[in-house]
This record gives sequence, C-alpha cells and structure tokens, in this order.
Amino acid sequence: MSEQTLKRVDLIFGEYSSEKYKVLANTLHRSNEEILKDLLESGLRGRGGAGFPTAMKWKFTAETPGDEKYVICNADEGEPGTFKDREILSRVPRKVFSGMAICGKVIGARKGYMYLRGEYRFMLPELQKELDIYHEHAKNLGLNFPIEIRMGSGAYICGEESALFESMEGGRGEPRNKPPYPTTSGFMKKPTVINNVETFVNVLMIMRLGPEQYKKLGTTDSRGSKVFSVSGDTPIPGIYELELGMSLDRFVDEFGDGDTKAVQVGGASGFCVPRKKFKDTIIGFEGVPTGGSMMIFNSSRSMYNVLHNYLEFFEEESCGQCTPCRVGCQQLRKGIEAVKKGEKKALYLDQLMKLSESMKLTAKCGLGQSVANSFSSIVNNFKEEMIY
Amino acid sequence: MAKQINLTIDGIAITVDEGTTILEAARKLNIHIPTLCYHEDLCVAGNCRVCVVEQEKVKNLPASCAMPVSEGMVIHTNSMKVRLARKHIVELLLSEHNADCTKCYKNGNCELQGLASQMLTGDHLFLDLVPEKNYTIDMFNTAIIKDDSRCIRCQRCVRTCEELQSVSALGVAYKGDKMKISTFFEHSLFEVVCTNCGQCVNRCPTGALIERNYIDQVWDAIYDPGKHVVVQTAPAVRIALGEALGLPPGKIVTGKMVAALRRLGFSSVLDTDFTADLTIIEEGHELLTRLKKALVDKDPTVALPMATSCSPGWIKFIEHTFPEYLPNLSTCKSPQQMFGALAKTYYAQKRKLDPRNVVSVSIMPCTAKKFEANRPEMRSSGFKDVDYVLTTRELAIMIKQAGLEFDELPEEKYDSFMGASTGAAVIFGSTGGVMEAALRTAYEIVTGREVPFDGLNIIPVRGTEGEIREATIKIEKVKPEWSFLEGVELKCAVANGLAHAKTVMQNVKDGKVNYHFIEIMACPGGCLGGGGQPIPTSPEIRSKRKMAIYQEDMGMPIRKSHENPEIAEIYKEFLEKPLGHKSHELLHTHYTPRKRY
Repeated sequence: MSEQTLKRVDLIFGEYSSEKYKVLANTLHRSNEEILKDLLESGLRGRGGAGFPTAMKWKFTAETPGDEKYVICNADEGEPGTFKDREILSRVPRKVFSGMAICGKVIGARKGYMYLRGEYRFMLPELQKELDIYHEHAKNLGLNFPIEIRMGSGAYICGEESALFESMEGGRGEPRNKPPYPTTSGFMKKPTVINNVETFVNVLMIMRLGPEQYKKLGTTDSRGSKVFSVSGDTPIPGIYELELGMSLDRFVDEFGDGDTKAVQVGGASGFCVPRKKFKDTIIGFEGVPTGGSMMIFNSSRSMYNVLHNYLEFFEEESCGQCTPCRVGCQQLRKGIEAVKKGEKKALYLDQLMKLSESMKLTAKCGLGQSVANSFSSIVNNFKEEMIY
Repeated sequence: MAKQINLTIDGIAITVDEGTTILEAARKLNIHIPTLCYHEDLCVAGNCRVCVVEQEKVKNLPASCAMPVSEGMVIHTNSMKVRLARKHIVELLLSEHNADCTKCYKNGNCELQGLASQMLTGDHLFLDLVPEKNYTIDMFNTAIIKDDSRCIRCQRCVRTCEELQSVSALGVAYKGDKMKISTFFEHSLFEVVCTNCGQCVNRCPTGALIERNYIDQVWDAIYDPGKHVVVQTAPAVRIALGEALGLPPGKIVTGKMVAALRRLGFSSVLDTDFTADLTIIEEGHELLTRLKKALVDKDPTVALPMATSCSPGWIKFIEHTFPEYLPNLSTCKSPQQMFGALAKTYYAQKRKLDPRNVVSVSIMPCTAKKFEANRPEMRSSGFKDVDYVLTTRELAIMIKQAGLEFDELPEEKYDSFMGASTGAAVIFGSTGGVMEAALRTAYEIVTGREVPFDGLNIIPVRGTEGEIREATIKIEKVKPEWSFLEGVELKCAVANGLAHAKTVMQNVKDGKVNYHFIEIMACPGGCLGGGGQPIPTSPEIRSKRKMAIYQEDMGMPIRKSHENPEIAEIYKEFLEKPLGHKSHELLHTHYTPRKRY
C-alpha cells in the first residue's frame, strides 16, 4: 500500500463565477500569438482521448485561409464508462463556452457549436439558460461569438469528429476520409477546430494560471490534470480530477475494493490492464491514455463477459460503412462465442488476434481501429477465461 | 501547372501532380492495386478498404483510393502486412456474402469473385455470418432485382443514384451489423422514386443489383411453333454487344448481331432504328405544330420547351420530380413502344399474322425499357405492345447459351420491312442524337434545304458527358407555309444523366432559360451508357462506344429520317400522315404524375 494519496486537483470545477468572465475578458485583449504560445508552452493535449496537441490544432486552423471557420465542442460523450463531460457541463458550462470563445478569437471563427450527446437532452434547458447568460456577458465584452447547441441522436460513432460534422450537416453519421483534416475541411467543409469539453475548460484555466503554473501538474508528456470517471467495483465511484502521470497501482490503491483484478482504461475502446501490470502502467500519454473512463473489475467478474459486452457494443455502434469494422466486429464477437462453446479450437483466438490487428491497420476511423485495443489486451491477459 | 510531388511506389520513383491519389499514381506505373468500392465515375468512398497499401513511417495502412500523395512518401503495395490485411478484408466480405456463385446471375462477371480468385487460397478463415442475417430480395420490380444477400455495402449504387442521377432512391439504412442499402421506408424499388435507369446495376460489383431477366420466357416463345417472334434492336446495342462477348469496346457488330439473332431462332429480325426514324417524323411535326401554336396562334396553353420522350428513365424521373412539366413531354412514344404497337398491327396485317400469335421482343441497352414495356399506357395495339425486353447483356447470355461463336458469324442484314433505317436513327444511341436527327429533318421540312452543317454533322448539339449542351439554330429562307418561323432562332438544350436533367428542368422552372426543344437521356453519354449495357462501364469505354455510333452514322447510305423509304411506305399504306388519327392511336401517349418519394 502506498503511503501518499493521489493528488486531488480542483482546476476544472473550481469556483469562477466571482471573476465574472475576467479571464475571458483579459484573454480577448491578448494577441493570438501570445495565446498560442502559452498553449504550446502548457503542453495541453486533447482531453477526448486521442491527445492531439491543442495548440497545434488551433495553429493549423488559424493558418488555413478562409473567412468561414468554426469552433465545435464535442460533447457527444459516448465512450462506455465516461461521464465526466456531463458533470463539467452541468457544473461549469460557462467555462466551456469561454474556452470556445477564446478558440474562436484565435482561429478567426465567428460561430461556435456544441454537439450534445443525444442521451443528454435532459441537460438542454439548463445548458441553454447558461448559454444565454454567456451570450449576455459576451455582448457586454463586445464579443461577437454566438454558440449554438446541436443535439446528437444517440449514435456512438457521431463522437468521431468527421462523423459529427456529417451529423451536424444533416447527413448520416459516417466518418470521412482523412485527409483532409478538420483543420482545413471540417464542418461545412470549412476549417474547424473540434475539441473535447474538458479541453476547452483547460484552455481557460491555462489562460488564468499561465503555462508555468499549469505545467507544474502532470509529467513531461502529460501536462495538467484530468477528470476521471471512476466506475465498476469500487466503493467510491464518481468523478475525480487527478494529476496525470500517476501509476495505475496507486490509482487502484485508492479506488479499488481490495480485490481488483483488472482496470479498463479509456473505456471500451481503451486498454485492459491486469493486476500484474498495475505497477508499470502510467496513466497518461506516455503510458495508457484515457478520455477519462476508468472501469475497475474485481475477481468476481468474467473478463469473457466484459469483452463480449464491448464487442456487442462495437458491433452495433459501428457505422457499418467500412469492411474491417462492420464485419470484423461481428467476427470477433461470434468468434469468441465459438471458442467458448468449443465450436472452434482455442487456436482460433490467434486467428482473431490477427484479424483485430488488421482492423487496427485498415479501418477507416478510430472506432474500428481501436476495437483491437480492448480485444487484444483482454484476450492476451485473460486467455484462460476466454477458453474455459 | 500543379505542384509536383515525388514519391516511391514499390521501389520505383515517380513524380505526379499534387492531389493525385496513391492509387492513381500506382496505375501510372502499371502497378495494379485491387479495388471494390472505387469507381471512376463516382466520388471516392474509401469504405471497402481492399486497396490499402503500406506507407513507410505510418502506423496504419491507408486506403490508396482516398489518400493523396505527399512529398517523399514511400509506398509498398504488396508487403506482407498489406497482403494479410487484404486477404482478411476479402474474407470478411465473403463471410457476410451469399457466395453460392454458381447459382448467381453475375457468375463470371463479379468483381468480388474476381478478387477472391486472385487472393484467396481456399481456406475459410472466418465464420459464415449469412445464416444469421435476415437478408431480403426485392423481386417486385419489373426491371431491377435487389438481392441484399449479395450486397457488400460498397455504396457504389448509392453514390450512382445520388451523384450521377440525383434520384437518391437508394440510400444507407441502419448501422453496425445491420447496416444495409435500402429505399424509402424499405419499400420495393417498384414503389419509390427509382427510375429503373439501371446505372446502379452497371456499377454493382456483385450480383446484388441485377436486371430482371426474361431470357427463359424468350426462349419459350422462340420454341413455341405457334408463335411468330419478332425482335427489334436498339441503336446502342450494336456498338456495345461485342464487349460482352469478348470483343473490345467500340466495335460495331451490327451484321453479326443480326446473324446471331437469326440463329437464335427469331422469326424476324427488325430494327428499332426504323421507329427511331418514325419518331423523328412524328416528333419533328409535333415540335413544328407547337411552335406554330405558340408563335402564330399565340396559344398560351402550348407547352414549350418541348422535351424528348425516348428515355423511359427520364420519363419516370419527370413523373416523380417535375410532374407539372408533363405537358412539355413530347407525346411520342419511345421508338421501342412505337415498334411494339406497329408489330402487332401494321406488321401483323401485312404479314397476314394473327396479332395474338405475334411475340414482340426488344433488345435494349436499358433496364428502364423493361418497366416501360409493362406500363399500362403501352397496350394500344390491343395487346401488350412489347412482350419482353432484353438488355444487351441478356442477349449476350443467349448467344453464349446457344453456343454461337459470335466473332465467327457472318455479317447479315435486317429483314424487311421495319428493318430499314438511317444514320439519323443510329445516333439516337448517343446524347444529342435525337436532337440532331430531329433538326436534320425539321430544318429540311421548313426550309427545303439540308441543315447548314458540314456533312450533316450538327456538332454543336452533340452532347458531352458531364455537361449541358446549349445550341441555337437560326431558321432562314423558309418555305412559304412556314413563314412564321422566318428568322426564328431555335434554342435547344441537350443533357445526359439525370443530375443534369434536373439542372435543366430547374432552370426552366426558375425561368432562367428560354428553350424551344430539350433532349434528355437518363444515362451518362445517352443510351450507349445505358443501364443494360455490358459491365464494366467507364468514361473511356463510353467514349469508344460514342465514336462507334457516329462512325455507324457516317457509314449509312441514308442519314436523314424522312428519306427512309420504309417510312414513306408506312405513311402511304397505314399511318396516312404524321400526327394523323392512326398515329395518335398507336404512337402517342400521355404520362401520369407520381409521388416524390
């Protein structure tokens, strides 16, 4: 057992209403170069899970010529086991709007959108009220950056940025070919910055604290703090803001129930880490990255059932357009069933591992590419549970 | 000049324009990368993933059809990783696919089958998913059959329907394992906006979209000693049939086709070109009549511009999409249906046959013609005017079934009568052809002189794929009875592909244009690119077919419809005069508005 406890951070949810948009007002007076420089200095990487450096994304979009650009906040929080954006949006929505407004200034966008997960429709009235307050403040600040909330319709795939654009444009939620990337051709085929809810809040916090102080949190590769959604076999499930770069060992010490056998880091599309690897696993971009989801399983859980559940999820939530993802997910799910039932030999798992590797290499978007993460990490570490 | 990009593919250095895809660059080096969802006529989808390649220093395998080249790129198209990934992808497609190939209509002409035979070595890597799927077959349509069990969801059909035809009868429904290509509320193609143009059939890589074939019914008729089976062949069949029988695109096979039809046992081998000429006479007079009503009688009810009505895909399109413009359609039936109506009246009388025993078959480059022949409007002879419509592809199958060595057949001539035709009729097969043929005749009726174009070639109205042609013909020094047309500038427009047809009609609707006469063909390039033509199709193949059509026109001794001797004969013996009573009864019709879904 570790002596120290994990460092709790209070950046994201910290009180800010007393400041009355002071950070936003101050930032609007700064030059775009200064803002980008601070962001770059802070080392902030996207909080949705993929971890693309935020400053680079903004810089590329700012440099793309064009009168019409967009800022989009990806609030389609669909990853199984993730529920931190909901908390952020219900507790500090104006921080999110302010972060978006800063982005709008930097890249030269005149309009922002928030794409809200279909299942979060219940939040809409409250969020709209907060948005109205933001608009009023923006008016007082002489800022013309309206934000509109668009509702998703419940498809996991629409959290993928290009599928999200398609959905917003009224099309079927199917990912596009990349390149072109959103920085040159995003919403309405215009240069677009799309960031996770938490990323925008981080931007605002960096503007308030300055990069030097922000950098004191986290590690070289993973700066700052992260909001985690802790669920599963834990006595204290919930939302926790923690410093990045902790070892899984320490995380489990604090959140586990004493019988933890595995942690699924990053949701269904993330990695399953077994107990024997807790010590060597760093939660961060240098180790196992996560969009926030931490699912803890104790020894009463069947990892076969866990994997089966994930595969069923992917099978249904694939958009269905590309072959590796659409058919691959079905084959993986049916394949482990066949092995479990003894219809296929245990060796068939190797065949399925190769298939998942091909899916990772060839699928059109992140969904199909990341099915292999949970598949291979669960099958490799819990092979006997797959067979017997 | 575009920026030049240097890259290496399989160890060979190449420089290409910026924006070129890896696939295109590889093709320049004669490196063959397999594809399935990619089609030259369509936008890039990048969803089958068969064309993946390995790019050095990049983790994933990019789809070569969708990935533009970049400076210094090093590509391997045949590495171990690539081979395994492609094999997996083809195996995955097959696991979802009803692969009883020997029972499939597309057996031997299936791109998936081709890939499987190229890449697979007989091991079944994955589980068969077909038994779990609830695949359906839409067999209700008279023209096109959609079999979901053979669909590989490449969405070529969806892109065809939307991009080329702006019809969007086909779309994607559901997601994940249930994702499928479907129609409005999963109605049958018969009940939705589908125009039966068959462009999706032309581009479907498997047997998921095929024509409803009537091969066995035609054989039955041929074998029935009590039946007299007449066959007509459309202009565009003779320049494409060879492709389905191993000959190169653009080869004219008129004589061999006639010989083959005779050997198959048709009682009489006749030519749709004859009624194409007849269409020109009727339609030319109709246009002049409408112009007279508009210019002389100042009749406000006369509908101009007048639009051609030869293309049944276009007819169904306008019924659905611009029903308020149905009066603008020429009332002339298509040449196929004129032929059918005459086969069971004029032809039967002259041959002293009981029309009940006449079976009329047509060979068409078209799937929509199958629907057209089954329209309730098309029974003016008292019988079904055209009993069976076969596509160019179906004729090729019959020729193979009969064991004919097509290339070895002698060149034979059409039977007489209703077998004679002109160059004007042949060019019906290409976009702009009907317009040109009509102008050759109408101009001469009005002025007594040939059209003022070198060699009768009215190049300005010859359509081009992907664009709308507009032309103005000034009418001068007219005969006294047509004096109201003196100095009139006849404004014409020619469009092919329904997406362009939609643009033309929208312009007409918005009052942006002021045409007198519009020719519209539903398919890219006109009938030569029809939905019943040999598969595959590509811009290059269609341009060869087009050259063949105009070559055939140039080679005809008579090149103006009104000079066809059999046309003069039929008016003398039977129809009396253009737009006369008999014509109206047999050769003209009206269409009905349909719903917009």
